[in-house]
Parts: sequence; structure tokens; C-alpha cells
Amino acid sequence: MAATAAPVLELRDVSKSFGPVVALRSGSLRVDAGSIHALIGENGAGKSTLVKVVAGVHRRDAGVFELGGEPVDFSSTAESKQSGVAVIYQEPTLFPDLSVTENIFMGRQLLARGRRIDRPAMYAEAERLFSRLGVRIDPRRPAEGLSIADQQIIEIAKAISLDARLLVMDEPTAALSGVEVERLFAVARSLRDEGRALVFISHRFDEVFALADTVTVMRDGSYIDTRRIDETSPSELVSLMVGRDVDDLFPKTPAQIGAPVLQVRGLNRTGVFHDVDLEVRAGEIVGLAGLVGAGRSEVARAVFGVDPYDSGSVSIDGKDVRSHDPRAAIRAGMAFIPEDRRKQGLVIDSSVTRNVAGVIRRSIAKAGLLTASMENRAAGPWAGRLEVKTSALDMNAATMSGGNQQKVVIAKWLATDPKLLIIDEPTRGIDIGTKAEVHRLLSELAGQGLAILMISSELPEVLGMADRVLVLCEGRITAELDRADATPEAVMHAATTHLETAR
Amino acid sequence: MSQTDVDRPDSDPGAGHDSQEVSVSEALLVEPSRLSPTRRALTTVLRSRELSIFLVLVAVVVLATSKNESFLFSADGWRNFLLNPSILLLLAVGQGVVIITRNVDLSVGSVMALTAYLTGRLFLEQPGLPVVVVLVACLLVGALLGLVNGALVAYGGVPALVITLGTLYIYRGIMLTWAGSDRINAGDLPREFLQLGTRTVMTIPVLTIIAFVVLAVVGYYLHTARGGRELYAIGSDPDAAVLYGLPVRRRILAAFVLSGALAGLAGALYTARYGTVSSNVGLGIELQAVAAAVIGGIAIFGGSGTVWGAAIGAFLLVTINRALPSLGIEDFWQRAVVGALILGAIVLDRVLAVRQARRLAESRDHS
Repeated sequence: MAATAAPVLELRDVSKSFGPVVALRSGSLRVDAGSIHALIGENGAGKSTLVKVVAGVHRRDAGVFELGGEPVDFSSTAESKQSGVAVIYQEPTLFPDLSVTENIFMGRQLLARGRRIDRPAMYAEAERLFSRLGVRIDPRRPAEGLSIADQQIIEIAKAISLDARLLVMDEPTAALSGVEVERLFAVARSLRDEGRALVFISHRFDEVFALADTVTVMRDGSYIDTRRIDETSPSELVSLMVGRDVDDLFPKTPAQIGAPVLQVRGLNRTGVFHDVDLEVRAGEIVGLAGLVGAGRSEVARAVFGVDPYDSGSVSIDGKDVRSHDPRAAIRAGMAFIPEDRRKQGLVIDSSVTRNVAGVIRRSIAKAGLLTASMENRAAGPWAGRLEVKTSALDMNAATMSGGNQQKVVIAKWLATDPKLLIIDEPTRGIDIGTKAEVHRLLSELAGQGLAILMISSELPEVLGMADRVLVLCEGRITAELDRADATPEAVMHAATTHLETAR
Repeated sequence: MSQTDVDRPDSDPGAGHDSQEVSVSEALLVEPSRLSPTRRALTTVLRSRELSIFLVLVAVVVLATSKNESFLFSADGWRNFLLNPSILLLLAVGQGVVIITRNVDLSVGSVMALTAYLTGRLFLEQPGLPVVVVLVACLLVGALLGLVNGALVAYGGVPALVITLGTLYIYRGIMLTWAGSDRINAGDLPREFLQLGTRTVMTIPVLTIIAFVVLAVVGYYLHTARGGRELYAIGSDPDAAVLYGLPVRRRILAAFVLSGALAGLAGALYTARYGTVSSNVGLGIELQAVAAAVIGGIAIFGGSGTVWGAAIGAFLLVTINRALPSLGIEDFWQRAVVGALILGAIVLDRVLAVRQARRLAESRDHS
């Protein structure tokens, strides 16, 4: 296509901060018409923030942002849509109560005479979009209850129907099977040949090389380099992406592996996970890998008793733990650090002391009463041990950085003297420097004989930290890999295997 | 990889995906229903909450009428059946729209009281004022009060429950201060205006006709206008609505303005209907409006339900209150029945939602 014309999208030195956290230091991206441009980088490299700036969700703090040569400044997603930008986000954003068709056309429904919504025309158009995507979905059914893959299809149909000149896809293939990915790619290529520009974010190199013609690498919120795809190689991209040694990042120290602590047998929950067997031994870190929506967090929540399960058993040190009863789980020696630490892991507006003392309040209270001095005495040593960097223990948890918040959550649970620690996305939203500290801490704890079940979407984290890796795909364990066998390819392969082929 | 292979969507660019997965992934998707349009429409109606609540209403009316024929088959009985729910119906329609956006408007009772008094005051000071002018004035004052609610909710980021609980007391306070110990009596009002409350067209009271016209317009708008569908979207998932680029604040504002305007109109009609306005007009009626909407199938967390359901809910609430005494049921039990209806409606919603979620999950497993 016309390479001399102004690029469809041009970003130069765009930055964005959220309070003290710099999400995007210096993002640059230049996408030409008729091109599929891959954007790669580790989690936390700033890709999603960059996308949200383009979409008008976030407003950039500084930098140049041009569409088709015209400087733009979106303050809402409506404005970016108006300018012909369609974005498919990592997590589908659908209205569960409304029909699939309404979800596709919301805000720009086809109208008949008298500005009435033309439902028959919309259903027909939805059917047309679905057949173009090669899928069969009832356009009248509600979006509620659709699988992640189906929801993603709806998102894509939405973006296509928008007739955008720039289509941004933030990891659209994360939850899709091979065939679904191929369909998506065929559509992406046909859109490219119509002269549109596409930005494609993916963690899978095979997809990047199969689809894109240009690739831009980001690291730690900054632009690193742009290459033509036929002039680069996966290994070169990896070194650009990581930019440092993996061993430094994950200081895993070998630990003495002891007797099994957690044993899960045949855990089932209809529609969520099936026949999950797993075992975690003392001193062992078991990584639970899988794609978004594979059921990793759901398994963890069921093991800890937050969610119920239909059949199966969970035992600690050989003793069964009552299902659907987190307090029994805590008594049995489990600790659970959820994914969303701000909402579920911390009492965010309370002090560090309150948070740490919260779980053990029963054991430190005298005659059912709890005083501040008792809490301080109980909490002090733990916070100190984990080097929580707060000027004072009465500091409000909300004002702390993600890394320190995570340490407070870990401290809180260590105070209960657990045998098993379940930790969901231990370093999500934590800046790169503090990540290593959290990793070192986990490694140390395992060295002291704690059994750790770690869920993570970051492949390097799983591979770097875990003694053993279990891979979930659509609610089933599809692979169990020892540290030595766990390569990115093996894990990704198991995570995308369909159960039919696994049987 | 830049060759065009649009025409061959099955082409494998060597990424190593299994081609035998075709059947699997197709089975994962939910196939279009094969029902004919008429049968589909029929099942939708049969499964609708509006129908079941309507059947309850019919059952109540049949039961009451079998005990006492004049409950429905007398000039008075028929008129009361239609007339009594009309004012609540207006409030329930406004409330329904607000609840669909995942908000609530508790100030409607106070707004109604204010405009009811305003109506009386206007006629006291300008006896010759045309009725239409008074109705429009009440509508506008109500809309203005609703605008205050909506602006605070949409731009203040404070939950509607808190905002409208505050304005409930403030609006009531304004009315009490303004009215002092005054009362509006039927004698203060022009006959022409009072007739509005009693006149009928082909045995149907004018008030009821007004309420039905409002209901029809709002119901039509919610079903067939972009703005209406956006209200559902906002209530279904407010965060997604922002990502879609929907004018979330403007729509929420509009919902509150509508609710306020209808409450304002209801105030004027209240004065026309009863002729007297004291300080406790509309006390607690906001909760009846919420109850009517919830019983009628509008989910309290927004996103689903129709104003038709809310209207039937309003009819059911008022009719039950009229029927129970004639069935010889004590006052305490009358209230308990209303409570049981609300709880029943919510429990039913919950059970159906859980069952639906389970069915969808199972269909995913077995596909």
C-alpha cells in the first residue's frame, strides 16, 4: 500500500502514569495502512496501556498521537470509534443481559424509518458477520453464559462491523483454539488487503510470524525497536523483549522437597473444571499455568473453599478439608492470596498492622478484645521480616505500591503459620524491580518448607519459579511437567490442546 | 506471509495447528435456534415474567370477584380497579427506567408531594389558570428535581441510593416549609380540574388513559430506540458501557429526569384525584414504586426487565391491597402478603438465574 502516505497511526514518546506508577514511559508506534503490525513485550511492558491510550480509555500525559497525519486527543472511547479506531480488549467486555446481536451493534444500531431499531436487519447482519467469521452462534441468545472463546468472537464481529481503519487486537487469540485462530487470521488478512491497518498484540511468536509484517518490541514501558518480520527471528525478538538474563529475574533456590501437603483428588465443578488431581509437597513450588479462562483461579478458589465444588476431595497432610468453608481451610493450614489484592487480599483502607493482624485476631485477642498494642506486637515482626517498606505500620495500605501491598498480604498469611500457600498472579501489576523481591521471598519460603501453589499467566515466571508445572486447558489438567521438561513450547502446547485431541 | 489467502480461510500458514480440531471448535459455539419466528415469539411470551405476574393479577381479581361480585362488575369496582393503580403506575414506570440503569430513585414520593402542593398553590393564586399549564408546570418542576438527582449521581459518582435518600428528605423538607400548616382542599380547586380525576371515556378513567399513554411511549422507547437499549446496556455492565463509548452520564441523567417528571405529573394527578393535599402525600410511595418494578421483573441490579412488567406490578400491588380486606384478611397480613410477593419475586429471579447459568454451563460441557 502507499508507503509514502502518512501512517494510519503514529505514536511518539507517549507516556502515561497512574499516581506514582509509571505504566508507559515512552511508547512509540507507527502503523501503515494495509499492514499488520505486531506489538510484543512481556506482561507489564506497557502494551495494554498503549492500546488504551489509542482507544481513548486513558488520556496520555505527554507525547505525539496522530491518526492519518492529524493530531488527535481522545477523551472517550466514543471519540476514538468516531475516528475509525476499533479495539478488541484482552478481556471481553459484553453486556450479559443483552442479546449477542445487541452487543455487536450497541450504540450504533441499524435504524429503520422513524429512528426505530431495525431488529430483523440487525439479526441478518449478525448472521452475515458470523458466517464471515465461520462460526455458528444464535444471534438472539443472551451474551450471558458464552465461553470466553465465543465472547471473543462477538468482540471481533463487533470490531469488523465497525468498519474501522485501525483495528487493535489486544491478545485476541489468548483463549482461542487453533481453528478459531486461523479464522481470525483469515479475517485479519482480508481486512489488511482492504487497506486497513491492524495492530496485533500476542505472546505467541508463531502467530506473530504467521500474521504480521512488522513488529515493534516494548520493554518496561518503553519503545525498544521495530523490525520487518522477514528481517528478524524469534530469538532476536526474545532478546529484545527480555533484555536481561532470565536467571537474575527468578532467583529460585533449590529446596528440600518433603511429604505431600496438599492433595486434591478428582475435583469437579460443572462447566468450570473437571477431574482435577494435584499434589503439592512441602518445600515445593507448583506452577499452575494455562490461558485466560482455563479455570486456574477457579480451581484455587475451590481448593481454598471460597467456591463450592460438585465432587472430589481436598486434603491437607492426609486430612480431608471441608468443602466450601474457607475457615476450615485456614484452620487446616491453607493460605490464599487472590489475584485482585486490592479488593480481595487487603482491607485496603486499613493500616498495615490491622491487615496483618486481621487473620490472626482470634489467637491474639484476650477475652474477645483486641487492642492496638496487641496488634502492633503481633504484626511488627512479620512486616519487618518481609521488609515491607512503609515508614510506619499504621500507614494506610491503599497508598502503598503494588509490591509492598503484596508483601503485606503475604505477611498477613504467614502470621497464621500456614503449611500451604496458594498465590494467584503473585506479581500482577507490580513493577519490574519489586517483582524479583516477591520471587525471592517465595523461593525463601519454599526453602523453609512451605508448600506453594502458584498461578501465573506469565510464562517466564512459571518456568523460572516452579519445581513442577501443571497446565490447565478448559478446566482439565492437560500436562504435568517437571522443571527440566517445562519449556515455553511444551506449556503453550498443553494450554491450547483441546480435550478431544488429549483423549 | 503476505500473500492473500482470503478465499481460503482454512489455509494453514504452518503454525502447527491441528486440522482435526474443526469439529471441536464448531461444537463449542452455540448454534442458532431452529424454531420458527412465531414459535420463538410464543416461547418468549410464555417464559416472560410479565405473563406470570399478569396471571397472578388475574387470579387475585377472580378470587376477589368470586367472593364479592361488585369487586369488578360494578361501576365503582371497575373504576377503582383502573383508577387506583394509575398514579403508582406512573411512578413505577419512572422507577423502572431508573432501576434498569442500575440506579434507584427514592425521592419520587417527595417530588410528588411537592408538585401536588404546587398544583393547589397555583390554582389558589391564579384561579383562571388552564389545567394544561398546571400539568406542564408540574412536569417541568418534577423534571428539574430529577435533574438535580441525576446530575449528582452521574457526575458526583455517589451511589443513587444515598443521593436520592438525601433528596427524599430535602424535597419533603421544602414542601413542609413552603406549605406550613396549609392544606389544599377540594374547594380551592376549579371544578374543571377536579373532573380530570373522575372523568371517564367509555368507562375508562382519564387518569388511567394518561398513565397508559405514558407507559406505552416509555415502553416503546425502551424497546425500539437506541437510547432505550443503551439504558439496558448501562445497567447490564456500566464499565463495558464506558468502553463501548456510550454516553453513560447523559443517559443516567435522562433516566432521573424522566423519573422526576413522571413523579411531578403524578403529583398533579394526585391533587386532581383526591382533591386534598396534606403534608403526608406520597409518604412511602417510593418504596411501593420500587416494589412494583421488582415484582414486575425488573432486576434490581439493572439490565433486564420491562416497564410493562413494572406496570402490571403496580396493578397487582394496589389490587391486592383492595382485595384482601374484601376477602376478610387482617391488616397485618395484607402487608405481609406484599412482602412475600417481593421476596418471592427476588427468590424466583435468583433460582431462575442459577438454573439458567447451570444449564448454559452444562451445555458447554456436553458440546
